[in-house]
Amino acid sequence: MIGGKYIEEKIRAPKEPGPAIVPFITAGYPNTKDFKQTLYEISKKADVIEIGVPFSDPMADGVTIQRSSHMAIENGVTLTWIFNQLNEINLDTPIVLMSYLNPLYVFGMEELVDASLESGVDGFIVPDLPIEESKELNQRLTEAGLALIQLVTPATPKDRIEMISDQSRGFIYAVTVKGVTGGEGALSADVTEYLKQVQEISKIPVCAGFGIREKSDVEMIADYVDGIIVGSAIVETIEQGNSPTEFLDRLKN
Amino acid sequence: MKKDDQKLLKALLDGELPDESGRFGIFGGQYAPETLMPALKKLEKNIKIFLNDKAFQEELMSELNSWAGRPTALTYASQLSKKWGVEVFLKREDMTHTGAHKINNALGQAMLAKKLGVKRIVAETGAGQHGVACAAACARVGLPCTIYMGAIDIERQAPNVDRMKQLGTEVISVLSGDQTLRAAIDEAFRDWVSDPENTHYILGSVVGPHPFPYLVREMQSIIGKEARRQMLEIDQRLPDAVFACVGGGSNAIGLFHAFLGDLEVELFGIEAGGTSNDLGENAATLASGKPGILHGTYSMLLHDDDGLIQETHSVSAGLDYPGVGPEHAFLQSINRVQYTSAKDDEALELLREVCENEGILPAIESSHAFVEAKKWANENTGKRVLIGLSGRGDKDMPTLSKLMNK
Repeated sequence: MIGGKYIEEKIRAPKEPGPAIVPFITAGYPNTKDFKQTLYEISKKADVIEIGVPFSDPMADGVTIQRSSHMAIENGVTLTWIFNQLNEINLDTPIVLMSYLNPLYVFGMEELVDASLESGVDGFIVPDLPIEESKELNQRLTEAGLALIQLVTPATPKDRIEMISDQSRGFIYAVTVKGVTGGEGALSADVTEYLKQVQEISKIPVCAGFGIREKSDVEMIADYVDGIIVGSAIVETIEQGNSPTEFLDRLKN
Repeated sequence: MKKDDQKLLKALLDGELPDESGRFGIFGGQYAPETLMPALKKLEKNIKIFLNDKAFQEELMSELNSWAGRPTALTYASQLSKKWGVEVFLKREDMTHTGAHKINNALGQAMLAKKLGVKRIVAETGAGQHGVACAAACARVGLPCTIYMGAIDIERQAPNVDRMKQLGTEVISVLSGDQTLRAAIDEAFRDWVSDPENTHYILGSVVGPHPFPYLVREMQSIIGKEARRQMLEIDQRLPDAVFACVGGGSNAIGLFHAFLGDLEVELFGIEAGGTSNDLGENAATLASGKPGILHGTYSMLLHDDDGLIQETHSVSAGLDYPGVGPEHAFLQSINRVQYTSAKDDEALELLREVCENEGILPAIESSHAFVEAKKWANENTGKRVLIGLSGRGDKDMPTLSKLMNK
């Protein structure tokens, strides 16, 4: 099984009790040589792995992902490099690429589908591609069984959540805060109301992300989502030379 | 122009472009994070209301005239005309309040924001001209303002930084990315994303997601409307060619628009040629870029084979941008406007020539337009040219002093 169905299945039946865990790492950061090893390691705990394709202008990202993205570019990481690395390994965990649109556009839509099928990429998250602009990419990915995972935010009106949920595959990415990734502040109390609403509307799993850093965050929203996405906090853990699997362990236990 | 191109031009002039999806032909669109989509849609709706609202238009016109100093003069450049062998006219946006065309857009959007009931304004600035214009306009309408400015630009446009602060604006130095205009736009977007309901982002050029390229063009089109009327008032004759510098391209769009339907008038947009034609050493997006997506819009772009945006170089901070407005990409694609570039040293040479002959200190940005106009004049003796003098060069004195004392 591949693509949207595969992602959905893994999120519905996580490796450990509680919400599914979807860690995000920037490809080739802090260095390129440990990338495959890091993937192997986090795949022990992760139900889906989200890999960040570095971009020069990460508009929706906070300082941590900006820094990792910039360094990864310095390290020579490109979309082609990422596909080549993934070709060399075999994980039992679905892979999703998080990329701004321009690197994907330049790579070519047809080539993107081919390379994804060959290297075992199951889906994409594109933060600067709202549903108004996603028709072409969505169609191509869907035809190949791959997933375009769409985002909703606390600013998204109800009728728009419905439209987005109809078009999303794999899961719906529910952004928990207004703002960029890696927010420092605690999740606001009304976030549970918002997640409840998304959950009610959506026919596919809902994963929450942005600003989730520790166990208390997970506990607060666990009952309202199928999975949680953790990005900046795990990138910081890897950056400090600490074990990402231990970090993921602490989110649930 | 080919027939198909003429059809597309007509659609633009009839107001059918940008279309429902915010596109000029294939260019434009709305490539924005989901968090901003409700705010963009709200802005779209309100633009339709206010741009067609007579009371708002009158209020805006009154402020443009009594506060911003419009209409600006059309100056006959008698010495340059004699030297170049053509009639040279200058549209004097340098004579507006705060010293550049940027005030037209900043004032219009600040007044619009006030009507929308937002609590604060954010904006980016490159040369500092848009920042100063926003700071002044926000003080005038009574809204707090935060300006993002690249650390490199803060250094090379120091006088403008203090002007913004004097006007009560908070200036935030951007240390991420390339530390120039592009990084400042990234950062202003990040700020806007954190509170899209209560914040209005005054984008300074005809770039960004729809409806910004349209909104900014509407605010700037007064430049060309005035210039065309002023030319006709002299002797019922239009210019044979019009020249304007292009970074994001707001002053050029503003000047060109009134002349787009006059097919006998040749239009030239001049980008920053920097120090050489090599990638990274200029900001000549239309001349050497490829289509791509940056800052919410599909347009021509300076990027590499992996889709990473390239660093740019120009002696003028205001043209130092790797993208360009989607409407310019469109006008290039239908062959209505020709885009060329002028090198750093050529622009500086023409800056001196304008100073010495006309007693006017143009911004380094505007000086790029003079370079192409002079070349064109050389082969078109006896014709009439109109040059968009988009801003004054006072802000460039630190750069110019350095060069003079070399």
